[in-house]
Amino acid sequence: MKHRTFFWFFLPTALAMLLFIAMPIVSVITQSLHTAHDQVFIEVENCGPFGCEKEVSVDTEATEKIRREQPLGKWAGLTIYLDRGHLATAEVAEAWRTSADIGSFLSTINNLPFYRAMSFTLTYTFVVTPLLIILGFMIAVAVNALNQKLKGLVIFFSLLPMIVTPLIGSLILFWMIDARGVIGSGLQWLAGDPDLSLKASTGLTWIMLMVYGIWHSAPFAFVVFYAGLQTLPQDTLESAMIDGASRWQRIRYVVIPHILPLVTFVALIQLMDNFRVFEPIVGFNAEAHATSLSWIIYNDLGGETRLLSSAATSSVLTIIGVAILLSPVLVRTWRDFNRKT
Amino acid sequence: MIKKILLASTLALAATASAQAACDINSGRVSIVGNEFPAIQTIGKGAMACAGAGVEVKTNLTADHQKINVAGMTGNPAEYTSAIVANSSIVALMNNDLIRPLDDLVAKFGAGLKKNQLITVNGKIMAVAFMANAQHLVYRKDVLEKAGVGVPKTYEDMLAAAKTIRDKGILQNPVGGAYKAGWNIAQEFNNMYIGYGGEFFKAGTAEVSINNEKGVAALKMMKDLSAYMNPDYLTHDSNATSAEWKAGNVAIMNMWGSRVGPLRETEGSSQVVVDNTAIDAPMTVGGGKTPATTLWWDGWTVSKNISDEDAEATFKALKAAIDPSILNDETKPQAVWLIDGYQPTAAAVGVFAAASMGTRPYPMRPFQGLLHSALGAELADYMQGKESAEKTLADVEAAYTAAAKEKGFLK
Repeated sequence: MKHRTFFWFFLPTALAMLLFIAMPIVSVITQSLHTAHDQVFIEVENCGPFGCEKEVSVDTEATEKIRREQPLGKWAGLTIYLDRGHLATAEVAEAWRTSADIGSFLSTINNLPFYRAMSFTLTYTFVVTPLLIILGFMIAVAVNALNQKLKGLVIFFSLLPMIVTPLIGSLILFWMIDARGVIGSGLQWLAGDPDLSLKASTGLTWIMLMVYGIWHSAPFAFVVFYAGLQTLPQDTLESAMIDGASRWQRIRYVVIPHILPLVTFVALIQLMDNFRVFEPIVGFNAEAHATSLSWIIYNDLGGETRLLSSAATSSVLTIIGVAILLSPVLVRTWRDFNRKT
Repeated sequence: MIKKILLASTLALAATASAQAACDINSGRVSIVGNEFPAIQTIGKGAMACAGAGVEVKTNLTADHQKINVAGMTGNPAEYTSAIVANSSIVALMNNDLIRPLDDLVAKFGAGLKKNQLITVNGKIMAVAFMANAQHLVYRKDVLEKAGVGVPKTYEDMLAAAKTIRDKGILQNPVGGAYKAGWNIAQEFNNMYIGYGGEFFKAGTAEVSINNEKGVAALKMMKDLSAYMNPDYLTHDSNATSAEWKAGNVAIMNMWGSRVGPLRETEGSSQVVVDNTAIDAPMTVGGGKTPATTLWWDGWTVSKNISDEDAEATFKALKAAIDPSILNDETKPQAVWLIDGYQPTAAAVGVFAAASMGTRPYPMRPFQGLLHSALGAELADYMQGKESAEKTLADVEAAYTAAAKEKGFLK
């Protein structure tokens, strides 16, 4: 394609990307470097149905005046990034100095909101992503081997978990695993422990969230792999059969190498998706046991007093996290591309 | 059949006509955002009745109202011309300067409003309250009788009663409570801490001070109670706790007065539970005199960023919605109304007792909400036995301080 043609072809996309991707990121970064102005307090008397009380209140006129002079807020630099709610550098350094051993250091770190969220998010991402790829592949191979008439029906049912809205899906499971729900009381019966509660134990909650994550995302991997299987070269497969390769050997030496580029694609998308894990935490009411960066952003914006700078900072940290996570895959893709051209 | 329909529509027309007459609005836009429970729905319906030619009335009543009201009132003109708030949630609107003083509107159109309905800040009327609310004791008469224990007056009594009920094998987890991690458990801590006589902040400053023996005692009492709760208690909000009550699994709990009405409906419940659901005064704790609960009002505000015409329409519509004529057999038990002519019903006993016992109102401080969020995020660690009470309270203070610095409340 000529450069000129390419430019005009690409222009609308570039504009849309600038408007909807680049500008919001710039705005979020700007917000994360500023905080609210120092509030001006006045002592007031509040009266209501229960009598009067002296209380401090924000002097809105004085605050408004400061705000008009500096509409962005107070320049904060990296202070929000380094405070306790985010990277907590002072707390980490303090823990490093005072902890007797690495175990107690880690448990102190794990008590800080950002690191707690990261420990769940990373565990979730690195457990769920490979497992859903394996499960998706297994379903794809199994469905591919089915009789033509059954295929359509089975594909439809295999896709259902992805069709169900994440929040609804997790809410349905949430009620099923309740101590009085079908799965919850079933497990109690199996374990012979009437006090067993999936929701009360951190370990079980993590497992439950991960099982949900695999269940929800496996269909995506399945669809992609199933499409890949349709392009499988039949000649290679037949020659492998003539050479006496077993079914497992055919999968190992013919099918898997053929769909490996798709595995990279699915891994890329799912690493990104799983790093932003959010709906199941809300749906399962799991915030006492598991949080994620996305959940922290939601929580900052949903409180009675919204923490805008804190939410912006968490958003920037999420972007950095996704970039780090994807870098090995992206570097590999880039190398492959260079080799081919 | 046709006659009936005709009759019904004539009646409906007559009703709207009379409602419009009461509203006396010629033009304007009314758009209300607020929480969702029966009493507020009654107010929403009342305001909707004012809709007519040139008058547009919309309501958006949702449990997530606090997530949208600030954003929805910040624009100019604001999407919402009114937010229905409580003494906690009005603070965020005032901090952002989103609601207008109502003195002139009250002077012109506020005939019939009682003085104790007017919420004033620094002498300016900022909201009009229509109901009072408080958490108080709800108990099962039959279960307590069967266990042979009296109605608990203190949280210590409640623990003893729970032990007896469990030991006698009547119920495994007799205590209920909205202990869901987040807003709910933070509110239970506030109650308990106030019951022990604690102060949240150093007087006159935004410096938090809850890491003291009263805070520790409050947490310990909450943990002792949780041993008698459904093991999933950290996921139970008021709705889930009410469902547990209706299922007959719970015999004693501290619950919102505004939620007692639905507990007495048989839908999703049994006649035994409905007949034996009784309420009483809030409990005290640790030998204190102040009940371990807080008093709340719910009221409406008018946006600042709207035209005077819309503000007048909003004021009149909401004034009509809290007109004494709305009180009937259906609406009376929904709340403890602050409306003129309201006679307390049986459902109001708990809230009235709370008020007469000198219960403290939930504080209208600009930074109380930040402490509430910090408590909600950190308390679950202690409840799960992951760390000591002192450590948890220190974490809460640190989380609050970081947030308060960001918002400019602390330097």
